[in-house]
Amino acid sequence: MQQVIRICKKELKDYFISPIAYIVISIFLLVTGWFFFTTFFYYNQADLRNFFNLLPITFSFLIPAVTMRLFSEELNVGSYEMLLTLPVTFKDILLGKFLAGVLFVAAALVPTFAYPIFIAFMGQLEWGPVAGGYLGALLLGASFVAVGLFASSLTRNQIIAFIVGMAICFTLTLIDKMLFFFPGSLLGFIGYIGADFHFQNIAKGIIDSRDIVYFLSVVFIGLYGTHLVMQEKN
Amino acid sequence: MIHIENLSKYYRDFCAVDQINLDIKKGEILGLLGPNGAGKTTTLRMLTGYFMPTSGNIRVKDYQLDENLLEIKKLMGYLPESAPLYHSMLVYDYLDYVAGLRGLDKHKKISRIRQLVDLCGLDEIMHRSISELSKGLNQRVGLAHAMMDDPEILILDEPTSGLDPNQIAEIREIIRQIGEEKTVILSTHILSEVEATCDRVVIIDKGKIVVNDRMENLKQSTGQTHFINLDILKANFQDVHDKLSGIDGVVGIEKINEKPNGPLSVQITCKSASDLRETVYQEIKQTDWVLIEFHQETKTLETIFRELTEED
Repeated sequence: MQQVIRICKKELKDYFISPIAYIVISIFLLVTGWFFFTTFFYYNQADLRNFFNLLPITFSFLIPAVTMRLFSEELNVGSYEMLLTLPVTFKDILLGKFLAGVLFVAAALVPTFAYPIFIAFMGQLEWGPVAGGYLGALLLGASFVAVGLFASSLTRNQIIAFIVGMAICFTLTLIDKMLFFFPGSLLGFIGYIGADFHFQNIAKGIIDSRDIVYFLSVVFIGLYGTHLVMQEKN
Repeated sequence: MIHIENLSKYYRDFCAVDQINLDIKKGEILGLLGPNGAGKTTTLRMLTGYFMPTSGNIRVKDYQLDENLLEIKKLMGYLPESAPLYHSMLVYDYLDYVAGLRGLDKHKKISRIRQLVDLCGLDEIMHRSISELSKGLNQRVGLAHAMMDDPEILILDEPTSGLDPNQIAEIREIIRQIGEEKTVILSTHILSEVEATCDRVVIIDKGKIVVNDRMENLKQSTGQTHFINLDILKANFQDVHDKLSGIDGVVGIEKINEKPNGPLSVQITCKSASDLRETVYQEIKQTDWVLIEFHQETKTLETIFRELTEED
């Protein structure tokens, strides 16, 4: 566990001593802030629903941009060989990197606390859905980080890792909007694998074990896939 | 210390390492030689647990590679070829990170990093970014990385490639210092490096071990064939050939070089284990040739290496 923390610390430090973190977080705040507040006064409702509605789409391209380097860069430079021959297991590396990604997402979400605080001054804000929304955002972020890690383990090229990660995240987000393309017998299943559907459930303030299980499964499948890919490489 | 048994590695259908058996004793400096693509790096990668062998077994001390990988990793320090370090980190941060992963506590960390800084000469560059380092400095940081935990076994993959002669001499000196108490395995394709540093030589070609012998033995067995090189003024090759080929023990005489008004260079190949220097000198003394160069050469590791690994 100590090794996991050490690796996680190093990855986080890498993010925050380079411009990546600041660029990604600024873009995230700009995009969400812009889309949220341009319509906020128009609806005249004191809630964060529009903000959370938009989150899965922004995460779909933002998180792969954060995770793309985690394995690709190491494979490309060759530093992975030095890391893996230190007394760490692959699990330590994987969990450390995953944790760093999740903490990064959390760090990106922290400045958005300004929105509910601001809204609470303007009107009667219901805090339940807000708390649910942030919990959901974290779970959604974690599952996209796992997917991004998987994409990153596939290739040495960060751009390919980004595009593959983004494609998977977008598919997970949008698939339940495309239900009319699928045969009726598959609808239940396809509807269930859509990330947006589960996220919106939690964001409404309803904590259902099915949604939690969904996100945890995506995390597990992503990490396990990464494990298999990296094992195959050696 | 290290026991390798029937070790093989296939990349799909390509056999990189083929049924290698090798025992490495404690305190030995072992040189792994071979042409490019012979399987040196693959062997080392399996030894360090980076690659899983297709078949075969590696035992380090009492640990089995497939069961106690973590324990084995703790015993080993490994420097991969061209020392791929994290570009974005500072040298100090990197060493600190490695020391952490190696399980050194806070006080030990600082004192150990200080020692390594002295040993590898990193004083000036501790607060520079790794991406700015020259190849030689990068290699030295890599060496510090490998020695962080004062490991019992040090594995170095082409530690001197791409370095200038001064740096090569420095790194060799460091390796020799470490080799006094530790087991060192180094791969290279520079033969003089092996001659200068190693106790034992293993030559690998196409995934197989073709030579595995102590350095002294190799030197002895290769020291059997002598060549005598002569530079002579005022002589022509035909005369020299006629005069010297009569000597008992001369296998062949070859013209290396001849310049008008300059010396004639000749190489005499001698029958194995015979020293013909005196006879050759006596023969030449009887003529009016002017001998300006006379030296004997013995077959080197290089000749063996070429003989064994050349494609036929």
